[in-house]
Amino acid sequence: MDFSSDLTLSRPPVPETSATEKTLLTAVGLGLLALLTVAFDADAGRARLSFWLGLLLLSGGTLGWAWYKFGRQPAGVQHNNLWLRGSTSRGSVAWLTAVVLTGFYVVLYWFSNDDGQGNFGPLNQLVHALEPASQALRHRPSDQWFLYGTFYTLAVLVMGGRALWKYRHSPYQRIRTVSVMFFQLGVAFLLPGLLLAFQKPEYYFSYFWPLKYEYLFPGTVDYLLKDGGPGLGVFLVFWSAVMSLVATPVLTYFFGKRWYCSWVCGCGGLAETAGDPYRHLSDKSRTAWRWEVRIIYPILAFIVLLTALLWLGASGAVPALQPITEPLAKAYGFAIGAVFSGVVGVGFYPLMGNRVWCRFGCPMAAYLGLLQKHFSRFRISTNGGQCISCGNCSNVCEMGIDVKQYAQRGEPIIRASCVGCGLCSTACPRGVLNLENGPREGRYQVSQLIHADSLRILN
Amino acid sequence: MHLVIIGNGITGVSCALAVRRLRPKARITLVSDETPHHYSRTALMYVYMGHLRPQDIKPYGDWFWPENRLELVHATATALDTARKTVALSNGPHLAYDQLLLATGSVSRTFDWPGQHLTGVQSLYSLPDLEQMHRHTHGIRHAVVVGGGLIGIELAEMLHSRGIAVTMLVRDAHYWGAVLPPAEAELVDLQLRQHQIEVRYRTGLAEIVGDADGRVRAVRTSTGEEIECQWVGLATGVAPNLGLAATCPALATDRGILVDEYLQTSAPDVYAAGDCAQLRQPAAGEVPIEQLWYTGRMQGETVAHTICGQPTRYRRGPWFNSAKFFQLEYQTYGRVPAILELGEESCYWQHPNARQALRINFRPAQNHAVTGVNAMGIRQRHEVWEGWLRTGTPVQEVLRQLGKANFDPEFFRRHEADIIRSFTQQLAALRTTH
Repeated sequence: MDFSSDLTLSRPPVPETSATEKTLLTAVGLGLLALLTVAFDADAGRARLSFWLGLLLLSGGTLGWAWYKFGRQPAGVQHNNLWLRGSTSRGSVAWLTAVVLTGFYVVLYWFSNDDGQGNFGPLNQLVHALEPASQALRHRPSDQWFLYGTFYTLAVLVMGGRALWKYRHSPYQRIRTVSVMFFQLGVAFLLPGLLLAFQKPEYYFSYFWPLKYEYLFPGTVDYLLKDGGPGLGVFLVFWSAVMSLVATPVLTYFFGKRWYCSWVCGCGGLAETAGDPYRHLSDKSRTAWRWEVRIIYPILAFIVLLTALLWLGASGAVPALQPITEPLAKAYGFAIGAVFSGVVGVGFYPLMGNRVWCRFGCPMAAYLGLLQKHFSRFRISTNGGQCISCGNCSNVCEMGIDVKQYAQRGEPIIRASCVGCGLCSTACPRGVLNLENGPREGRYQVSQLIHADSLRILN
Repeated sequence: MHLVIIGNGITGVSCALAVRRLRPKARITLVSDETPHHYSRTALMYVYMGHLRPQDIKPYGDWFWPENRLELVHATATALDTARKTVALSNGPHLAYDQLLLATGSVSRTFDWPGQHLTGVQSLYSLPDLEQMHRHTHGIRHAVVVGGGLIGIELAEMLHSRGIAVTMLVRDAHYWGAVLPPAEAELVDLQLRQHQIEVRYRTGLAEIVGDADGRVRAVRTSTGEEIECQWVGLATGVAPNLGLAATCPALATDRGILVDEYLQTSAPDVYAAGDCAQLRQPAAGEVPIEQLWYTGRMQGETVAHTICGQPTRYRRGPWFNSAKFFQLEYQTYGRVPAILELGEESCYWQHPNARQALRINFRPAQNHAVTGVNAMGIRQRHEVWEGWLRTGTPVQEVLRQLGKANFDPEFFRRHEADIIRSFTQQLAALRTTH
């Protein structure tokens, strides 16, 4: 036996897939196929039928598969073969999934705009299949964004069902999963639709500046005040400002950034549900951490500066600003709002993990992270000397934190990037990790039961 | 100073890190023939089950070693000369040392069963063992695991994850009979049943039967039963690895390398720690050979201080350990023997769902001081229990503050009220019987 090439084992065989599992996955595949045919179907009636049949097969198949896979086993951590199956370890299925997802985003963002005659490019039939739903909810015609919102919400709900099966032994995971499902369905899908139905501005109560950067741009504030009317408009602007500038620091002080990132946010909601099978793919290396810091804080600085400049421009004090700030805002919207958060953020789930956007790009996460690190009661406590350095905590960390570096030194984990999903605590086989909102005194206290090997690992 | 450490397990590495901290300029060399880099032995099972990749069980990145000037030598230490203060290596010149730490770990223990050298029969201790298990369990239907301890149940869980049917042979009347009281063992047995593991209690291995190709075909048990299988896991404990020590007559050995309370061997400037060391005079009620990840780490840290000129006695402090039996977590602090010791009493609570339980032992004659706790499916805070055990806190006081020790995640159901009610009744019943 030669181990000179370091810790490498040949890839062992994955247990055979049972007939039931194959059947359920076939339903998922047929659902996707049915949705694909919609795009090419000239017959609107048949397209609509295929659309709903496709969604039914896709959702039913996924939920049935989740029950089969996780629900029949005794409740507990179920990560068998995670790194052995190609679909969850950057195998060919994962690459295919990434290409399809990325392709969908490219088509959605740049090739599905209304041509002025109600034609939405390749997604046209899919958009029109949702016409009755859009009319019922929003009292207005369907468009590509309504299609996207529907798919997005469905993904959170169906894969949320999967997460509920998978993590049913943990009340923290159950409640958190229900929370992201609720905020996506109720606050980020139904409520904005209802506002439109009442001829009000489409507004997302669960997205705040600087993630939803335009909410504190002067243009949007003007529009909300005008279209929202004196009552609602003022309230919406007030909500934007208070949530971003007051509630965010206060809630983060008490609970850490998790109150938003893994309980409320829609991006986080998709990551925690649809992205859960890919959470272990996030890079835990020191190099990745360095890139994270290099990218995310400049993005935050940029959007803060841009917002300030826009207000300065709007105030009329510096007329020369207008021609600079407008293109800057457009460029930011394209590069960060569309390419980074959508195409890369979700499209690369199967290759780089489910939090690429949250970790490297989201200015809200950067803002919350600074608060969490320097101005919060939140920490993940480690339990005395019980850590065995097994690495399960680092493995499941979607934010790429090498959790065991802290646990094996008996140090609490206080990291700007931690979204508090709690999976490290759930996956720890020795009961070492616990998310706590303790007093700020002694927050960095190292366990006396492990003598800290204070070498250069963490800084 | 040149410190040479034989073994890159948790003991050797803990010592190396502590010495680097205490003596920033020391030259430190770690010698191992198992792997080029330190890895977490306790995590081997997760690699087999596909939870982790092999590289994920390395506690430190590969950059860590050169950056902290820890020299790694991937070779077998073949002979030790304490007079010349050198170690012979399998693939290079002799290594001269000023101080030497033997942290050679364990070897799996077997009992010369007929057929134990057949292909498909093995133990699980090292990464090469895991690789072998991985090859020999490829595509098999049925495996037998011999031994009802921690490694035995780990093997069962590993095999189960690949859909391989498992029969466990357990010599005692219940699981981990030397350590767990019967009530806790019953909870583990439920886990085994829920995961379709067949267990034969009060049954040992008599013989392993091979086929014409020298592969295992079946085992015969002490009760005369023949069980067909294609792989046999021997999980019957480990013994100190004395391979290198045996090359040096100056080193006194018994079952392990004999050391004093400073972990110093009979040879000058040679120390031994971790699984391979045997304390000449263990403290009352303590074992001379400690074979845990935790004790390895503590012994490694302790001996580092002595090596750096700060002679430090090995004082482990209250015992603690943890494990996970399929989906059932277990933590223990202090001592909870399988059979109650004279002068001790025990209170035990179990949830009706058989997934949570708590046992607290105490000494009525010593002001009801607590002596140990077993927590099944409930996480307990190490620091809190350490404090209670060190100060001999009365069990009544522990019950009053029991919530302080809870380490379960948020929103988990708290059982303190039920536990306190049950324990109060048990304590009252004890008073009336005495």
